[in-house]
Amino acid sequence: MSERRFVTIDGNEATSAIAHLCNEVMAIYPITPSSGMGELTDAWAAAGRKNIFGAVPDVVEMQSEAGAAGAVHGSLQAGALTSTFTASQGLLLMIPNMFKIAGELTPTVFHVSARSIATHALSIFGDHSDVMCCRSTGWGMLAGGSIQEVHDMALLAYASTLEARVPFLHFFDGFRSSHEVNKIEQLGEDKVRAMIDPELVRAHRARALNPDAPVLRGTAQNPDVFFQAREACNPFYDKVPGIVQKQMDKFAKLVGREYHLFDYVGAADADRVIVIMASACGVVEEAVEKMVADGEKVGMIKVRLYRPFDGKAFGDALPKSVKTVAALDRTKEPGALGEPLYQDVLTALVENNGSSTPNVIGGRYGLSSKEFTPAMAAGVFNEMKKAEPKRHFTVGIHDDVTHLSVDYDPSYSTEADDVVRAVFFGLGSDGTVGANRNSVKIVGENTPLYAQGYFVYDSKKAGSVTVSHLRFSPRPIKGSYLVSKANFVACHQSVFIEKLDMLSLAHDGAAFLLNSTYGPEEVWDSLPIETQEQIIRKKLKLYVVDAYEVARKAQMGVRINTVMQTCFFKLSGVLPEDEAIAHIKEAIQTTYGKKGGGTVVERNFAAVDGAIEALHEVKVPGKVTSKFHLNAGAQGNPPEFVKNVLGMMIAYRGDELPVSAMPVDGTFPTATMQYEKRSVALDIPIWDPDVCIQCGICSLVCPHAAIRMKAFDPKYAEGGPEDFVCVDWKGKEYPGMKTRVQVAPDDCTGCGVCIHSCPAKNREVAKRKAINMEPKRDHLDVERKNYDYFLSIPDMDRAKVKADTLKGSQLLRPLFEYSGACAGCGETPYVKLITQFFGDRMIIGNATGCSSIYGGNLPTTPYCVNAEGKGPTWSNSLFEDAGEFGFGFRLAIDQQIKYASGLLRQLSSKIGDELVTGLLENEGRTEEEIAEQRRMVAQLKKKLAGLDAPEAKNLIASADFLIRRSVWSFGGDGWAYDIGYGGLDHMFASGRDVNILVLDTEVYSNTGGQASKATPRGAVAKFAAGGKPSGKKDLGLMAMVYGKVFVGQIALGANAPHAIRTIRAAEAYRGTSLLIAYAHCIGHGINMTTALSLQKEAVACGYWPLYHFDPSDEEQPFHLDCKTPKGSYKEFIDQQARFAILARSKPEEAQRLANLAQQDIDRRWEFYSHLAEMTHGSGGNGQPAREKEEVKG
Amino acid sequence: MSVDLSTKYLGLLLKNPLVVSACPLTQKLDVLKQIEEAGASAAVLPSLFEEQIQHEEVEIAKAREFGTHSFAEALTYFPEQDDYRAGPESYLEFIETAKKSVSMPVIASLNGTSEGGWVRYAKLMQDAGADALELNVYFIAADLDMTAEDVEKQYLDLVRAVKQSVSIPLAVKVGAYFSSMGNMAKRLVAAGADGLVLFNRFLQPDIDLDDLETLPQLDLSTRSELLKPLRWIAILHGRINASLALTSGLHESTDLAKALLAGADVGMVASVLYTQGIDHLSEILSGLRRWMEEKEYDSVEQLKGSMSQENCPDPAAFERGNYMKALVSFTGEAI
Repeated sequence: MSERRFVTIDGNEATSAIAHLCNEVMAIYPITPSSGMGELTDAWAAAGRKNIFGAVPDVVEMQSEAGAAGAVHGSLQAGALTSTFTASQGLLLMIPNMFKIAGELTPTVFHVSARSIATHALSIFGDHSDVMCCRSTGWGMLAGGSIQEVHDMALLAYASTLEARVPFLHFFDGFRSSHEVNKIEQLGEDKVRAMIDPELVRAHRARALNPDAPVLRGTAQNPDVFFQAREACNPFYDKVPGIVQKQMDKFAKLVGREYHLFDYVGAADADRVIVIMASACGVVEEAVEKMVADGEKVGMIKVRLYRPFDGKAFGDALPKSVKTVAALDRTKEPGALGEPLYQDVLTALVENNGSSTPNVIGGRYGLSSKEFTPAMAAGVFNEMKKAEPKRHFTVGIHDDVTHLSVDYDPSYSTEADDVVRAVFFGLGSDGTVGANRNSVKIVGENTPLYAQGYFVYDSKKAGSVTVSHLRFSPRPIKGSYLVSKANFVACHQSVFIEKLDMLSLAHDGAAFLLNSTYGPEEVWDSLPIETQEQIIRKKLKLYVVDAYEVARKAQMGVRINTVMQTCFFKLSGVLPEDEAIAHIKEAIQTTYGKKGGGTVVERNFAAVDGAIEALHEVKVPGKVTSKFHLNAGAQGNPPEFVKNVLGMMIAYRGDELPVSAMPVDGTFPTATMQYEKRSVALDIPIWDPDVCIQCGICSLVCPHAAIRMKAFDPKYAEGGPEDFVCVDWKGKEYPGMKTRVQVAPDDCTGCGVCIHSCPAKNREVAKRKAINMEPKRDHLDVERKNYDYFLSIPDMDRAKVKADTLKGSQLLRPLFEYSGACAGCGETPYVKLITQFFGDRMIIGNATGCSSIYGGNLPTTPYCVNAEGKGPTWSNSLFEDAGEFGFGFRLAIDQQIKYASGLLRQLSSKIGDELVTGLLENEGRTEEEIAEQRRMVAQLKKKLAGLDAPEAKNLIASADFLIRRSVWSFGGDGWAYDIGYGGLDHMFASGRDVNILVLDTEVYSNTGGQASKATPRGAVAKFAAGGKPSGKKDLGLMAMVYGKVFVGQIALGANAPHAIRTIRAAEAYRGTSLLIAYAHCIGHGINMTTALSLQKEAVACGYWPLYHFDPSDEEQPFHLDCKTPKGSYKEFIDQQARFAILARSKPEEAQRLANLAQQDIDRRWEFYSHLAEMTHGSGGNGQPAREKEEVKG
Repeated sequence: MSVDLSTKYLGLLLKNPLVVSACPLTQKLDVLKQIEEAGASAAVLPSLFEEQIQHEEVEIAKAREFGTHSFAEALTYFPEQDDYRAGPESYLEFIETAKKSVSMPVIASLNGTSEGGWVRYAKLMQDAGADALELNVYFIAADLDMTAEDVEKQYLDLVRAVKQSVSIPLAVKVGAYFSSMGNMAKRLVAAGADGLVLFNRFLQPDIDLDDLETLPQLDLSTRSELLKPLRWIAILHGRINASLALTSGLHESTDLAKALLAGADVGMVASVLYTQGIDHLSEILSGLRRWMEEKEYDSVEQLKGSMSQENCPDPAAFERGNYMKALVSFTGEAI
């Protein structure tokens, strides 16, 4: 018998550990929050880790979840033990194959980190709406609650499916379980072997398709027999509950942990019982234990096997004394009589008890990882006590619309005094989460204590706030909910002090550790009134450390994590100080040491050693002395909705919003990011007008639209703030105008891309440019006033701007501002630029991914409006269908144009022929024509307003369609090259006027760097840990083959004028246009500040040739817009960690792949060169722009 | 008549006094083999730089950590890899491979300016099979508050730290910018140097007139550079208990002969191999042999140091005599 081995891991790893041992093939596709499971098995396979059959499993990434399910189905049919990992929409894409797999009685386990399905909004967080969609597939469904249970149930699922031949969904709560780190006993390989019967494995193989014993499976059946055949599987389903219980009993003997199909906890004579499954079980259990101890007759049933639902076993588990049962569902089925678990419980009880069935009520809780706490569970028990409890209710929210929510006392707590409960507020970039994960591991794996860690992230990628919730307890930690009564609160960034009410989580007497540049004598006065009040009222102990200084001395930059971690251990007393420091250092050695990181280890050690000395207790004065308040929520003068609703979310108080505050259909206003002043930069660019050459590059490249240029009438030079300097416009195109380059000081992320790109140099001091990074604190007040005034100056008349030039383009107002994308993002400059050209008439269908997250993740959106209130209108359908979604926009718009045109003709006598002809003939090809369209439509509406005819009313409703709309599909390479390629291909074939922007980061950026078919040969990515062996798919060429698709390959950092002209020509083309934009990304492992320069090298070495293919150019549609490659591909890749990693792990392979990649470049260039010499002839079905734009490099 | 070209350097018995100094040529295995075939008695591998070690470690850690644990969907951006090797590891592997591929001694080279964790690579180089270690100390004292004493202490501390971590012979390669080069040489030996390599050549920054950027510039050496190390080797020979290697400006056999006469145990070449090819090594050696035969020297040991300051007819020449002699020859009479 193996020794008991305790590990501290998250639910994904707990699952992967079993899946890796029990499978021979895993076909996967990344989707949050399940990606980690596939990534781990892939990494283990790459490292040669074997399964229990002595082989290394084959882990393959597919093009979609539908593809993954198909591959799994095939692999199962060919006899391999096969699995996959997925969630949410991904699971939905697998459903067709799931029906097949179950119908063929094929044993397999799919591991699902259950996640919300996108409805009124996408959510990456956890609930059961995905797994509940699978109820009719015929799969067994086994739920895991705690991380230990997630681990154990994974193995039980394999043991059961092999015997039952019914496939199993093994599911657990997305994020809450998939990402919670907890101490568990890991099942050794011997235990796994003992649970997997080799006879059953052989039986599975024997059923495989085999030409030596051929069979026919997957027939088409007719009405005569389909029904009977469908019923033939019934005996197998009848046996499933018994088999699962048998395996649970076997497991109990083997391991010592006992499970049942339904586990009851609580008073033997309970009158109220909650039925619930997955991670909420631990929460309810804590409430039950406390309430029973307090003398209440309550209990709970944990549902382990949800399908097949064994009604008898359920009845047997329920005490006979029960009067009221509440079934709690973590899903919503609008229109149903109740949610699934409620209906199952009700049916089971009625079938068991007939007329003496206890009262059954059903409630929803925890949708999209909404907090579910013991207080809420107690609230439900209290509701059940009522004479007439709500039959259908919700808990955890305030429903002031349909009044379904039950009340609860938020102060009710089951937390024990001997549990250390700590909350840490950090920035993503400071390493707080990484250090806290380490802390949990240190305690969990080196002491008898149990440890739990859960990490909450905000919705922005740059300057994102992280909140770590840690518990350390002498007993196993059951409750999967956030810490709300912390006895330790740490603020890792002093910028939070004014923005976040951190101490609302502090319990009386807690320690509050603050990282601040203020010393122990001065720090008190830096705290807002509310914070001081809470420190005094709750008798908190205040500690301060200047972690910035300690980290600076240790050459750690902004990584203050180890300093704060050391202070935590010192103050919390979880471990003796010396022991804690030794473990912290061990963890540092483990993290960095094996990767040759001696220097990094030393620097971290220095930070640890410097921390204690820099830590000071602050003597708390007895009274509030502060002069300022917390300043959370929306800034500026927002509209009511923004102030009252979005503002609450900005202040991290969205949980307090009632149902009535929310839009009923998921529709939100745009232009809201301007009210979320996050002010995350430490340094900001300051303009030097004497050096500036007015090129506009800084404005063009800013990923956040936080530096802008305007040309304006000299009258605006006066009357502004004192420091509002402006200078004469230097060019000849706008004589007599003034100009200014202005930073948005609170919106800048300090990424430095503008400074790096600025071509102007100061003649006296060569290191200084026309914009220079300077400490924000020195300029904030002045630049705030300047920016406000700058915004008040009218933008230039669009019709007068020479928009096809670089600096002209930057005089157009961006209608995408202050995005929360990563600092230095390579995608957003393209998006911003496109909105500058077409934003006032754009409709965007956005594939799920980075661009949908920085574009549409609440609370605010960067898409905004011009002075007339016009701006991009935006929606996200799914990951896979942004092409079709945009195509649908086009169909609707064309139809509406047709309809409105018909009505125009019909009403021409009343409207006037001149206006009708003007509207029908104006094609909106230039800014002037579009301005004229707007003028005419306004005139039309005015005329129609005086008419009574229904046609006139209908025409008013459709008149706006007579202004040319610019239809766009946005997405990344994961969408365009992989999951959405089928739809994209159909659009190419259709030739309809949709503009497709592929923000090609060459990796699945949003889900953390998985390889796509755009990933270049030799690059290391997740699922390509050994370097991607195959070359990048040539998407542009595939589109060009149709002969009628405008295709442009662009790189803003390499040739901005080319990008500008190509974008404009693509939009002008009256057919399908495809723009493939080089977008650097964190996933490349590069310096994001200087990454635009790297694009120059990408083009120069031939890796990323710039070109455009214009089908309307009948003589020569294909133009290579760059010079013959001459730069070094090797030098280009050497600057990127994605390639460098391989060169340092497998140098020979890296060299081989680099050689092949060079051959790819040479061959492609040769082919493109031939293409550029060819004449076209087909003309396509797209029409040339009336004044076709010349696109040259 | 045959001459004995063998020499002893850093305690290593070398078949001749011609060694290839640290340069990119020696980092290629096929070139290393050519070097041996062409007759070189040893080769110094390219330097592993303190800055390179630290930069590699820090940058890779930074690239892998940047953006991680910031956003719920993308907690990391790269797959976990345990077999990742920062630059130094591949350098160590190269030492092992080189040792297996050539029979001549292989001297590893470490380049740094201050004590620190990176010094552990000295031991790792020894473990990888290096026959000796060359510590190239390259320090530009740009801090105006740093005194000459501070700088010298830093050198000595570093030499001591490296010496303590290895048992193989240690050569120290320095520049000539010391107020008292001879005293510094003595102290370096006292700190643990088994040999001195004189002198290293500094990379000098140039200015790009178009971009107004600085450009690193390192030109190939010229023969005129030979005279400086020649002088100091002549001064040091016989007065310190350490091997001496002359490097910089050694291009021809006559240069090597002069180096040996001055007191060098070996002469090192690199730049000339770029212009003349690897086979030039054999020409230098045959030239040396020819010259020795003509002058009837039996062995390198015999001629070594015979023109050192101690042994030359005019010791003052190595102090200021050359200058006086130049003036005398110009004016016709001594000043």
